Amino acid sequence: MVDMRVKVGSVSLQNPVMPGSGCFSTDLAQVMDINRLGAMVAKTVSREYRAGNPPPRAAEVEGGMINSIGLPTKGIKYFFEHQVPDYRRFRPPLVASISGTTIEDFEAMARDVAKGDIDVLEVNISCPTRDPKGGNFALHAEHTYEVMKLIRATTDKPVWVKLSPNAGDIVTVAQAAERAGANALVVANTILGLKINTDTFRPAIGNKFGGLSGPGIKPIIVRMVHQCAKAVKIPIIGCGGIVKVEDAVEYMLAGATAVMIGYLTFRNPSGMIAIIDGLEEWCAKRGFARVADLTGAMIDEPPMETFAAAAAPIG
Amino acid sequence: MMGEPFASDPYVVGKSAPPPEPPHIPAEESLCPVVLHDWVNSEYKHLVVEASPKALTVTPGQFFNLLCPSPDVGELFFRRPQSVYRVNRKRGRIEFLYKCVGRGTRGLSTLQKGDALNMVGPLGVGFRLDPAWRHIVVLGRGVGIATLGPISQLARDNNVGVTAILSARNADFVMADTFFREAGDVVSVLDTDGTSAVDNVEKILAGLIAQKRADAFFTCGSNRLFQLMKRLGKAHNIPGQVAMEQVMACGLGPCYVCVRTFEVDGKKELRRVCIEGPVFDMQEAVGW
Repeated sequence: MVDMRVKVGSVSLQNPVMPGSGCFSTDLAQVMDINRLGAMVAKTVSREYRAGNPPPRAAEVEGGMINSIGLPTKGIKYFFEHQVPDYRRFRPPLVASISGTTIEDFEAMARDVAKGDIDVLEVNISCPTRDPKGGNFALHAEHTYEVMKLIRATTDKPVWVKLSPNAGDIVTVAQAAERAGANALVVANTILGLKINTDTFRPAIGNKFGGLSGPGIKPIIVRMVHQCAKAVKIPIIGCGGIVKVEDAVEYMLAGATAVMIGYLTFRNPSGMIAIIDGLEEWCAKRGFARVADLTGAMIDEPPMETFAAAAAPIG
Repeated sequence: MMGEPFASDPYVVGKSAPPPEPPHIPAEESLCPVVLHDWVNSEYKHLVVEASPKALTVTPGQFFNLLCPSPDVGELFFRRPQSVYRVNRKRGRIEFLYKCVGRGTRGLSTLQKGDALNMVGPLGVGFRLDPAWRHIVVLGRGVGIATLGPISQLARDNNVGVTAILSARNADFVMADTFFREAGDVVSVLDTDGTSAVDNVEKILAGLIAQKRADAFFTCGSNRLFQLMKRLGKAHNIPGQVAMEQVMACGLGPCYVCVRTFEVDGKKELRRVCIEGPVFDMQEAVGW
């Protein structure tokens, strides 16, 4: 028996696998037992209705996909009247993801959403497709600090912040978020990209730029998780391109306490469940009594002397 | 599964164990053996698979999201939505009729008898049939004709008359006319002789309305023909349903990629083709 439970700060999860925001809704009950997930992560909600970006909203690329959905939402009122009760039909903790246009808007959203029937507040300061130029708070340490400081003061509930891989230096942004009082970091959102349709000479998606996700980005994000984990004390949730058990293991070895899965659900809707089962199997086979023991277990020695390494056995 | 490049836990059709998912979960990922896969003309292929009990609960107009093999050295990162052409519950088979146009369908076309097709479904909201209707009209263009197969079959099974108007470039591309003949009357209209012109189709529809053989309209495959049916449906108060397509990612609802525009009481809104459709009320759909 492997103990699959993990703790993201004060939040206890039955296993470390949860969906990424925007890749989950109770619609997935069509194909899976939602109660098996570590947590439920709702799609980002804004105060008012947003139609979202013009279609086509996604395209496949080698290594994954590029999307620009544009955070469509029916607004906060609908979220609490309809969506939250719908999520509460299921048992895993509910993470609400919020977005705002200004720092004041974020603060007010945090206050109003956190007081509702949710367990964790995820602050999406990193959606690259909300602003057509890809700009957002998470690109800068000082903006991240300012917004997270205000949000922190609004609630005692756990606050997670979703960081951007598009920041020049994600480590200083991570430290700013920690300093401002975030309880955990979600590393990371999608990478801003552009795909051009070579038949039409037009961008492949309606909003021109989109966020790249899928297995192609995983090594970049694993590296960021590792770097952030070295620099902060708060837990990290790894998010980016997990499509198989070993990918989840890698994120945990890099320093993640839990993981989020997005793209895989699009390809294989039973994928999250297969990863939960496979992770347990993997731990049992490798003699890990607790999945939590994987967190940060990467062996991080100084590089070998080059001639010695070149004379060593392979693997 | 460990060691697989992409984790999944599909129900393997033909496996002796019972389906792993509890029955309250209506759809599933399943691996379905290909039993037949033939070209019907230079562009269209007919694919028959042995399907899971859950997949066989598919209703007319619903779809499956297919994991197509890659046609090249790359990988396909999205599934491809595909409506069902025919269901043979007695033999446990689901049939697709599709046009080879892009990477997905070209990849799909490489499947051989005995290969397994990974399908997710049944998905979406399909056609509704009111048993009080005495006669319906289905109007399909090109590969959209295939989508109208199951509703025509269902109408016939409920003793509702069917007139199928099948529009195509030329006689080679009028698919499945023998199948539709089993369900009712077939009128083929072609580009080659000009009969597929909207004016001519309008005359045919007007004739059916006058004969009171048009209690409901169904269409798929052409925006021009959809607009025609919508206009006539509105003028004559005939209810209608349209099956729509859109670029899709998850096929299940959460991702909001596959939206189309609808208009209710002068107010525009977006709906997801995968879960609020793919079949929609004709008067509320704006078109494409």
